[in-house]
Amino acid sequence: MKNVWITLRTSAILFVLCCVLYQLAITGIAKVAMPHQAAGSLVYNSNHDVIGSELIGQSFTDPHYFQGRVSSIEYNANGSGSPNYAPSNPDLSKRIEESVAAWQKQNPDVPVSSLPVDLVTNSGSGLDPDITPQAAAAQIPRISQLTGLKADQLQSLVQENTTSAQLGIFGEPAVNVLKLNLAVQQLRAQS
Amino acid sequence: MSILPYIGIAVTLIIVILLARPMGSYIARAFDYTPGRLDRWFGPLEKGIYRVGGVRQENQTWKQYAAAVLISNTVLLLVVYMIFRLQDKLPLNPAGIGAMSPDLAFNTAVSFMTNTNLQHYSGESGLSLFSQMTAIVFMMFVSPATGIAVAIAFIRGLAGKPLGNFFVDLTRAVTRILLPLACVAAIILIGLGVPQTLQTGVTAQTLQGAQQQIATGPMGTFLAIKELGNNGGGFMGANSAHPFENPGGISNMLQIMLMMLVPVSLPFTYGKMVGNNKQGRVLFVSMMMMFIVILSVSLVSEHQGNPLIQQAGIQQGTGSMEGKEVRIGVEQSSFYSVVTTASETGAVNTMHDTLTPIAGMVAIGNMMLNTVFGGSGVGVLNVLMYAIIAVFLSGLMVGRTPEFLGRKIEGREMKLIAVTLLIQPLLILAPTAIALMAYPDTISNPGYHGLTQVLYEFTSSAANNGSGFEGLGDNTIFWNVSTGVVMFIARYFSMITLLAVAGSLLMKKPVPETSGTLRTDQPLFGLVFVVAVVIVGALTFFPALVLGPIAEQLTL
Repeated sequence: MKNVWITLRTSAILFVLCCVLYQLAITGIAKVAMPHQAAGSLVYNSNHDVIGSELIGQSFTDPHYFQGRVSSIEYNANGSGSPNYAPSNPDLSKRIEESVAAWQKQNPDVPVSSLPVDLVTNSGSGLDPDITPQAAAAQIPRISQLTGLKADQLQSLVQENTTSAQLGIFGEPAVNVLKLNLAVQQLRAQS
Repeated sequence: MSILPYIGIAVTLIIVILLARPMGSYIARAFDYTPGRLDRWFGPLEKGIYRVGGVRQENQTWKQYAAAVLISNTVLLLVVYMIFRLQDKLPLNPAGIGAMSPDLAFNTAVSFMTNTNLQHYSGESGLSLFSQMTAIVFMMFVSPATGIAVAIAFIRGLAGKPLGNFFVDLTRAVTRILLPLACVAAIILIGLGVPQTLQTGVTAQTLQGAQQQIATGPMGTFLAIKELGNNGGGFMGANSAHPFENPGGISNMLQIMLMMLVPVSLPFTYGKMVGNNKQGRVLFVSMMMMFIVILSVSLVSEHQGNPLIQQAGIQQGTGSMEGKEVRIGVEQSSFYSVVTTASETGAVNTMHDTLTPIAGMVAIGNMMLNTVFGGSGVGVLNVLMYAIIAVFLSGLMVGRTPEFLGRKIEGREMKLIAVTLLIQPLLILAPTAIALMAYPDTISNPGYHGLTQVLYEFTSSAANNGSGFEGLGDNTIFWNVSTGVVMFIARYFSMITLLAVAGSLLMKKPVPETSGTLRTDQPLFGLVFVVAVVIVGALTFFPALVLGPIAEQLTL
């Protein structure tokens, strides 16, 4: 019984330290020192409305836009996850065949052999904001044809929105699809 | 194939290796009861905690220590169970999340109290902000602190000293190790892009004109203690695959370091506390070599990708990308999957269900071994248990009574250790067999992989890891209750038996070292230790692994 009483009293004060002070103090520091990150790296338009987060992918079904990865949750950022297909699951092969067929329909000029694997696989979170630089390059002919923008203009936009691995060795080069599409939209508005 | 990600892995490991020794001696000093320099820093705060808590700073016997562990953990388990059951009526529930069902609340409470963090709910929709910030975060501090405290008490026993006081050790683990490091880590992680806000969501108007609800929360503070305390439960359903919970390559590297920090340091703490640094170094080097072999197997398997995707005509230059994130890539995902299962954390940055079969087997194998390096505190407990087994086996071979650190290992200790060893395969294989017969409908992937899903779930529960092959439909009464019971027994059974071993060794008269004594601080002993781990640990589960991942790989 003595242990129960000590547990409750010790826990109460450790709770104040670990839950109340720790979390509230750091929330305060973050709000003052790093407001952008603390709020979720949000992206605003010229009217100061939130149009998304740099870190969270969006659904781009319109072929005029660069498209992101397969997402079984359709980029609903109120949840997250993947269908958890095992490598041997026949549903995985079926879904990939469907993605390949859809690709061929939208991009008749680009052969399947230059279709990068990230475009036909589901990300772990279902919210992957990025595609590989190869996946962006493979979509340039389609977007150029549909929007009338020149391929080398698009190529330089892709390059501007590509980040290399952090410090050169941590992670992989990636193209942020939302930022890239914002740049495409801007260019289309200008021309 | 680019060499850069491999350099990233090597750099991370080198930093961890360099940190292990200083961190190990810091932990040893933090738990030294003789007054020292650290008391000047932490003393006043801790005295306040002992006064409020009514803690008398007296040494406990092994039975008193074990009772304090069990009672305190059970009391807290009941409190958090109530929070989960009542979260719809408690404050801070802006998203209007309902109460948890009794079986799910039981599973979740046991899961977080036992440092497992198996999650049969999804963070975005299953827990209120109040539950996340109180029940979950509090357990994330207390459960690793409990593990570290028990490990320190066990090591004190091996060193021939009184075991100490559980409540003092628990407090010190929080004030001197977990809380200060979590503060620093949280601020760095937020700087790298992890949100830290009391708002649970924002609505965005997307480029295509749709509405996108984006869940946010106080994730930086959550993430720091999740990794540092080898907890592993995600704020979001997708855990560290979620871009908010792992925004890029550096945050990924930092999480790996946080997961490894305490487990790799504790062997050095042991060395320092028994007064011979070489004792700790031998174990550390043996485990690090096993770790590197295990990691290489996973990297090779993941890099080869999935042959079925190859057959569809797709190039897999980047390896197997299903269930992985572009910014992190295949190599760093594979590395993370090995570290999270080796350190019994259970955080994931790739969906383990989608790993190539051999990489999935590596993840399960790590949890079955549960020694390379093992979780906060409990890892080093298992390691020392295997070290005693290695001493015992060597003793049998040369026909002398085995000795460990100057004390005879006799029948009573070996019986306790044998039971501890046997309970683990029982906790994994028996329920796996039951689930396969009675609940095959909860399996989501057909064929051999389905068996692996079930095996993984119970292995993860028994190792108090908490990662899962998440395709499994596990939020049912059967899964919630069975894994809850497995987690509970796995956690506390070995703690009690090993504290009993420490108590028993403490009663013995030290025997002087002679030329015939097996030296446990030499590389040769490291080799015997590795052999003991492989023979006793790995071979037990080999048949199950052949039926699951190996069969899947061969039939792809």
